[in-house]
Amino acid sequence: MKNTHKPIAFVPAPLVFQDETLVEVQNMVRACMQCGTCTASCPNAFAMDLTPRQMWRMLLFGLKQEVLQSRTFWLCSACYSCTLRCPRDLPLTAAMAALKRMAAAEGDSANRKKALFYQEFMHNVEQNGRIQEMGFMCHYFLAMHDPLLPMEYGPLGLKLLAKGKLHLGGSGQRGRLGPLFAKVRSMEGAS
Amino acid sequence: MKYAYYPGCSLGTSAEEYDVSSREVLKRLGVELSEIPDWTCCGASAVEPVSSLLTLALPARNLALTERECPGLDMLVPCSACYLNHLRVGRECAADRALPGRINEALGTEGLSYAGKVRVRHLLDVLAGDIGPEAVAAQVSRRLEGLIVASYYGCQALRPYALFDDPERPRSMEPLISALGATAFRWDMGGRCCGASLMATRRDVALVSVAAILDAAAGADAIVTVCPMCQMNLEAYQSQAHQADTISVLYLPQLLGLAFGLSDEQTLLDKNLAVTDALKGKLRACETASA
Ligand code: SF4
Ligand code: SF4
Repeated sequence: MKNTHKPIAFVPAPLVFQDETLVEVQNMVRACMQCGTCTASCPNAFAMDLTPRQMWRMLLFGLKQEVLQSRTFWLCSACYSCTLRCPRDLPLTAAMAALKRMAAAEGDSANRKKALFYQEFMHNVEQNGRIQEMGFMCHYFLAMHDPLLPMEYGPLGLKLLAKGKLHLGGSGQRGRLGPLFAKVRSMEGAS
Repeated sequence: MKYAYYPGCSLGTSAEEYDVSSREVLKRLGVELSEIPDWTCCGASAVEPVSSLLTLALPARNLALTERECPGLDMLVPCSACYLNHLRVGRECAADRALPGRINEALGTEGLSYAGKVRVRHLLDVLAGDIGPEAVAAQVSRRLEGLIVASYYGCQALRPYALFDDPERPRSMEPLISALGATAFRWDMGGRCCGASLMATRRDVALVSVAAILDAAAGADAIVTVCPMCQMNLEAYQSQAHQADTISVLYLPQLLGLAFGLSDEQTLLDKNLAVTDALKGKLRACETASA
């Protein structure tokens, strides 16, 4: 009897390095059951290109670059509605923040520009101990290289000025947080 | 009643009226505040997109200072973003046993250590829970009769940790508003997001939320807030949100201060960006009625 059985070619999976930042976010949403409660709860979903529900699925499929091309996670305003309501109790707001960190570190120039707002804010905190709103906004405008931006803020700036709310002074805590920031940087760089 | 006070950065600058009115109203209610010495910024809503460890280490520094300098006291926080940042340190340390060690390794640079002993309380929780509407009513000298007030809670005082109010249908301000003689406006926008820092990064998106909230407040004389970010978003962008009429937006302790008959220097109402003449007229009427 002729043996018709042909062995199935076994191709070993290519060895890839585990992408740790991706795995960190994947672990946050692994139990997602795609119910869509997060999307339905999000006040900013109307402006997103991927819905939060779709984005969690794509992350679990490993579609990292596609997710980093999306504006969805930049539109999270940390309202915690999705985190509160997710039937799987997933830390979704924290996952959105983790994606912002990932995009700042590994994304393209458009992503890095979007990260500037948060980075300039924290840079000001590092220097001054307490945030100096005036100095922060000036640095942010400069870093963004957008001549229209200061004009957009002009009316608010004038209102605040008229109310005596724009302070140019420094803080007595200036420099206080330098060592803590440096230590955290070395700890996060090492881990 | 005594608390360790964490004003946070905004209350020293753009939200001075929140700081002053909170201190004055609490003093009148017999509450003593001890400001945490050398407190620093908690990172607000900007830190988590930058560093996960700093997200916990910055507020932990203030908690460690509170443990050392104000032992045994609850930390009272008027800003909702600051409140949540400090609150989550303990929550996350309870869920991840490796965290306290990492946080303390970072705090070690200053010789500080965090032991998780401080209870973090929002100003609203203290006013509504610890002090309560009866004690508030006892201080009222100018009843705000006829004033219709919409309570706006925002997000982070309510979510994700629902500690003192229903995060879906918040009501904790209403007994306080009634205690002043005013009427609580019925609406379901009290817990809707104001857009938060999207107002800086994607203003078009944030304005949609602000417009929805302001529209829903039609019929109220004022909106009261318990967070400097919510206050700024609701009061400073009314014309961009296409509002024909401005609606007055006040901090909750300012409203309490008005009913307590505090001075202008104590309520600092002239610092607010949206206070209508209609509201001022109604307040004068309340004054005459109770004189
Ligand atoms: S609410 Fe939770 S379970 Fe449902 S789709 Fe969103 S993340 Fe998945
Ligand atoms: S926390 Fe972010 S993603 Fe979740 S509902 Fe709020 S804005 Fe949307």
